[in-house]
Amino acid sequence: MPSSTRASAAPEAAPPATRRAAPGRRRVGTSSRVPVIPLAILMAVLVIPALFADWIAPHDPYRASIISRLEPPVFAGGTWEFPLGTDRLGRDILSRTLHGAKYALGISIVGILLGTALGTALGLAAGYFRGWTDTIIMRVVDVSLALPSVLLALALAAAWGSSFEGVIFVVAFVLWSTFARQVRGEVLSLRERDFIARARVAGASTGRIILRHILPNVTNTIVVMATLQIGVVIMLEASLSFLGIGIPRPTPAWGLLVADGRALVVSAWWVSLFPGLAILLTVLSVNLLGDWLRDRLDPKLRQR
Amino acid sequence: MLKFLTIRIAESLAALLAISVLVFALTHVSGSPVDAMLPDDATPAQAEALVQEWGLDRPLPVQYFTFLGNALQGDLGQSLKWRGKSATEVVLDHLPATLWLGGVAILISVAVAIPLGVIAAMHKDSWTDGVVKMVALLGQSLPPFWLGIILIWIFAVSLSWLPTSGRGGLAHLILPAIAMSWFQIAAFVRLTRSAMLDVLDAEYIKLARIKGLSERVVVWKHALRNAAIVPLTYFGVLAGSILTGSVVIETVFAWPGIGWLAIEAIRGRDFPVVQTVVIVFAIVFIVANLLVDLLYAVVDPRIRRA
Repeated sequence: MPSSTRASAAPEAAPPATRRAAPGRRRVGTSSRVPVIPLAILMAVLVIPALFADWIAPHDPYRASIISRLEPPVFAGGTWEFPLGTDRLGRDILSRTLHGAKYALGISIVGILLGTALGTALGLAAGYFRGWTDTIIMRVVDVSLALPSVLLALALAAAWGSSFEGVIFVVAFVLWSTFARQVRGEVLSLRERDFIARARVAGASTGRIILRHILPNVTNTIVVMATLQIGVVIMLEASLSFLGIGIPRPTPAWGLLVADGRALVVSAWWVSLFPGLAILLTVLSVNLLGDWLRDRLDPKLRQR
Repeated sequence: MLKFLTIRIAESLAALLAISVLVFALTHVSGSPVDAMLPDDATPAQAEALVQEWGLDRPLPVQYFTFLGNALQGDLGQSLKWRGKSATEVVLDHLPATLWLGGVAILISVAVAIPLGVIAAMHKDSWTDGVVKMVALLGQSLPPFWLGIILIWIFAVSLSWLPTSGRGGLAHLILPAIAMSWFQIAAFVRLTRSAMLDVLDAEYIKLARIKGLSERVVVWKHALRNAAIVPLTYFGVLAGSILTGSVVIETVFAWPGIGWLAIEAIRGRDFPVVQTVVIVFAIVFIVANLLVDLLYAVVDPRIRRA
């Protein structure tokens, strides 16, 4: 879960970006090559199913059938009718897992966009205007970093029940403070640079300076951070759904599919196994891609 | 040091107040607090008594302070699901199970991760290092709830070595503790490895080697002692992961701690208990972070001035 201690707070003024110091220099090692295998896995498990589940899934993910309850997968004595077996209601696990990709991808895109936009806007404001704007925003950041995401999710679920909006809210809430803190740190040092002073002398408005001169210089950081968060967000959404405080049933979200199999582990291991593998493969490949992207675009975010 | 201490404690109190506002706000936005705090079959007289006790007929700020006053005295309402008990009692009954599981999980992760991290740093870029990196990567990518189910499937169902779930002797503790420590091991290994790599480059390590100390003493005594600060800061984050982990892992293994309790309470629409769990979690988390920062300030004097 993303949280942070005060002791590891971002530095007040980030050192000048190293990426501008060495343009075009090839990095040694494997980090400069596009990670083909993670990319392929990500396409196969997340992106393609998310976009085309309606066409490639062999069955309707919601259609139950009493006759075909708890069919084992094809390699464990089942048939090709249900390659990965069926659940307690006779629903096809493969189809449900394929459709589940839509929710993993959709929730993470919407949640990350919201959290990033909010965090970036507030980080820009705090870093550029400083003074009381900065103080208020950073105090709120500190408090929200001190709230574990699961607390918020529990409280929300207790008050409103589980819902898509609730999950997206929790995701955005978890993300915005990290973004605000990082962006603010970079803006603090950017605003003192000569090109900003010149823009000001040239009569550029505050809005223009922030959007045209400061924002483009933090874009790489934002993109890398957002990518690194995809895995975290997919895991968070799956955990909340598994607990019954995320995406509502009977949506075939991965976390819910794994939860379906929890009580069946004694007799039907396949119900939990495959949706869980989908989560594992997605998060693993997203993390590998995120690391690669970070090394390419923004090595200073690297912690080793 | 005193100033640092004051600021940190003030910040922690502010965070706790923020949580209390959040919890208070939730009882009100979800409809009438009377509905949230009383069972569906409550009599009008009971509702009236609740309105009196919590001052629900008065303005919101007054209500908030009544709520805060009651909460400070440990009164967060009666449990709706566990009849005849107060929410605080129910939560305190289940707290030891969580602390026990969390404590064992932390012990396992420290015992496994620190040696692994040190060995990986000593043999940087060797195959051992590669394996350790893989473990770290897998730890971040394995869904803990799924890992729990797979562990049950392998060790409890297929091999029947261990019980599938519930609370009992040591045997019941093994699988949940492993599932819970997995993520922590991954994070700890990476931190220890990178901290050790930094320290092993330092001048005083070279000096220790020149002095002719054995490599074992250099690494495990001189280097590790200095590198250990970095994983220490992580304990605050760890407290958060224990809380999240306790909800997820306790649910998978039906381990009756407060994480399991929270989910059961949500299913049973027992709002006072959920509210109490949220507050207890927040206190544990905030106090853990405070302690880590203070400990860190003691160990590393540079922090105090920051």
